[in-house]
Amino acid sequence: MSDKKPKRREFLFTASYAVGAVGVGAVVWPLVDQMNPDASVKALASTEVDVSTVKPGNTITVLWRGKPVFIRRRTQEEISEAKSVKMEDLKHPEKDEDRAKDPEWLVMLGVCTHLGCVPLNDKGDYDGWFCPCHGSHYDTSGRIRKGPAPLNMEIPKYEFVNANIIKIG
Amino acid sequence: MKNLIKLLSIITLICFTTAQSNSAETAKFLKTDWSFKGVFGKFDRGSLQRGYQVYTEVCSSCHSMKYLSYRNLGEKGGPEFSEAEVKAIAASFEVADGPNADGEMFVRSGKLSDKFVKPYENIKAAEAANGGAYPPDMSVLVKARGGGVDYIYSLLQGYEEAPGGMTLDEGVHYNKYMYGNKIKMASPLSEGIVEYGDGTKATVEQMSKDVTTFLMWAAEPHLESRHQMGFKAIIYLIILTILVYLSMKKIWSRIEPEV
Amino acid sequence: MSDHEYTPTSKVGKWFNDRLPLLTLANHLTDYPTPKNLNYWWTFGGILTFCLIAQIVTGLTLAMHYTAHADMAFESVEHIMRDVNYGWLIRYIHSNGASMFFLAVYIHIFRSLFYGSYKSPREIIWIIGMIIYFLMMATAFMGYVLPWGQMSFWGATVITNLFSAIPFIGEGIVSWLWGGFAVDNPTLIRFYALHYLLPFLILGLVVLHIWALHVPGNNNPIGIDIKKPSKDTVPFHPYIVIKDGFALLMFMIVFSFFVFYSPNILGHADNYIEANPMVTPSHIVPEWYLLPFYAILRSVPDKLFGVIAMFAAIFVLVILPWLDTSKIRSAVFRPLYKQFYWILLADVIILGYMGAMPAEGLYLLVARVATAYYFLHFLLILPVLGFKEKTLPVPLSITESVLGGSPNLATAKNKESFDK
Repeated sequence: MSDKKPKRREFLFTASYAVGAVGVGAVVWPLVDQMNPDASVKALASTEVDVSTVKPGNTITVLWRGKPVFIRRRTQEEISEAKSVKMEDLKHPEKDEDRAKDPEWLVMLGVCTHLGCVPLNDKGDYDGWFCPCHGSHYDTSGRIRKGPAPLNMEIPKYEFVNANIIKIG
Repeated sequence: MKNLIKLLSIITLICFTTAQSNSAETAKFLKTDWSFKGVFGKFDRGSLQRGYQVYTEVCSSCHSMKYLSYRNLGEKGGPEFSEAEVKAIAASFEVADGPNADGEMFVRSGKLSDKFVKPYENIKAAEAANGGAYPPDMSVLVKARGGGVDYIYSLLQGYEEAPGGMTLDEGVHYNKYMYGNKIKMASPLSEGIVEYGDGTKATVEQMSKDVTTFLMWAAEPHLESRHQMGFKAIIYLIILTILVYLSMKKIWSRIEPEV
Repeated sequence: MSDHEYTPTSKVGKWFNDRLPLLTLANHLTDYPTPKNLNYWWTFGGILTFCLIAQIVTGLTLAMHYTAHADMAFESVEHIMRDVNYGWLIRYIHSNGASMFFLAVYIHIFRSLFYGSYKSPREIIWIIGMIIYFLMMATAFMGYVLPWGQMSFWGATVITNLFSAIPFIGEGIVSWLWGGFAVDNPTLIRFYALHYLLPFLILGLVVLHIWALHVPGNNNPIGIDIKKPSKDTVPFHPYIVIKDGFALLMFMIVFSFFVFYSPNILGHADNYIEANPMVTPSHIVPEWYLLPFYAILRSVPDKLFGVIAMFAAIFVLVILPWLDTSKIRSAVFRPLYKQFYWILLADVIILGYMGAMPAEGLYLLVARVATAYYFLHFLLILPVLGFKEKTLPVPLSITESVLGGSPNLATAKNKESFDK
């Protein structure tokens, strides 16, 4: 048996395996991808909310992408309280202006960043929210002040479509 | 091999003989070229957009298309209206929503994510408004009829005077291609009933072709992906088959060659 | 099962194998001596295993999106077809996969009928195979109900109503099956549960089927007993693995043409109409693979005897090893049996065609003749043939049959069985 024969035979088998592997990958991908969010779920990626009836000092909760979103119309007191907090005092330093573009409106995901419970409004030691699951306290800007949560409550993408309607997502 | 041929001829003979007793009740369908048929078949975008216009202006007053969403009109493989156009189309419809904070249902303008608005609340309302006959939903209508696109294309052009001697009840019309020849829908298309935005002349034949093309897409929105993926898959399989065949010959050559 | 001891090469392998001998099993499967003269009709067992796994995998991924409720089933299938990523592909693979599964199983069964693979000592393999076939039909029937189209609903109604033919307890059994007074939501949900379950029973039976096969080893085209291993055998890997692989790829090309270019051609248009209990379709027809049994059922004018005839058609296959009295296995050496085999195949295809036609006039007459002949073949022709037939001499070994070393040179050319 010459040298050429084994090389040609090996190449054929290697080529077959390689081409076969491509096919296996092509088959596996749709089976995996079908579990990703489907088109109808992705179409509901944004929600519009009418906030015209929300009075200062009140909070409404709306459903967005299956999760609660807190929309709070803050009073002047709450706004100045939020702005006066020193960055060194914060576990997750964030300026209030960076969280609420229009200081009167706070729009954030009502999900505790510890293990995902929904914090309670107007509770806790910092005039904001309190999570009953493991005792996290959030301030009037939704920032973590005390307790096990590592991060401030998340601010989603949102914008005022007009004076009364906020589009989230 | 000889036996296989004998077998096939016996079967063909028997099936052919018995099939003779099955008389065709309806005429053969009208033929036209469908751009989406064949291995490389694709939809004609212009035809789809015109077809959508025919559906909306003529058919949708009675026929729902409840499995389609407005966003589908902008997705790849379909009429491919621009995002602005699709938003405008959706917004032109009123959609029921609710309950609101007061617990009441309300009406708002349509969004991309909404399903096509239905002309009737439910099937009974549809029947009541149409002399007892339910105008079928059109989402998969093309697949729900044995003749497919040829049948629908023909039926839309198949209205004629009933042949002598046939009496038709009130509200029943004669159609050359309808199974049983009697149909409760009056001829929906007439020349110029729709004014096409792209200037195409709206003959009955043109509208029939366009709306049928639209219905084919509505029933199979992923047809183009399916054809493209099929071509790639079969070419791939042929290549792999050749490689495996050669590998098989190589391996089997190791044992003494057979007679 | 071979008795030579296999020792794994690695230490970890040996440790594991001493506790659960999976590596010994793998070694047995790769070395398994297979007759070297197997033709392509023998590749369908491997193809069937692929089909079962494909159906389970696509079925599982469909189950993640399907809703088993009468008000939402049809819509959930449309949701899969339109919105789920690659949903249309997975659905079409599953629906056409069922047809491909039955195509393969019919070829597999007809291979066994031709070469006498059901004969001693392989009776249990055959019976397990028949049980698998029966479970396949039950699974496919229930699966077809799930989209809740007109054919789903009315097919379910007609077939479940058959049980009312049973004297005294029939009506009770039917309402027990339905979970109500008609096919409705409870029926759909339980069919879904059972449709999910049965394939795993089939999987277990397939393991037993292969295990039972490995005791005597494969049959072969000339139907003689062979020593394993010997000059007449090759190790399963790589010889049979690569051949089965090649055959599977050819099968997948055919499969792909259906999935990508004619995904609805084997189905019925009426199943794209949502189920309506008030309107019966003009012709209720099951899927093509159930048509022969449907034809037999409708051939008998009496309801109860029609049901009995339909089940008898399967039962007659189950007891086949005892109906066929011939001592010779392969039809290659049974020229008269071979003729009757082809007639049986034609008969079954004719039955299938008649099952798709209305049960009246000439169609009904042909169906009745074909039904009668079907039972005649198994209950009269086969037993008599075993005694009366003059068979051809059988070679003593495969190598002998190939190289023509025996005095029976004429038989050596019978390697390609269909060339007579």
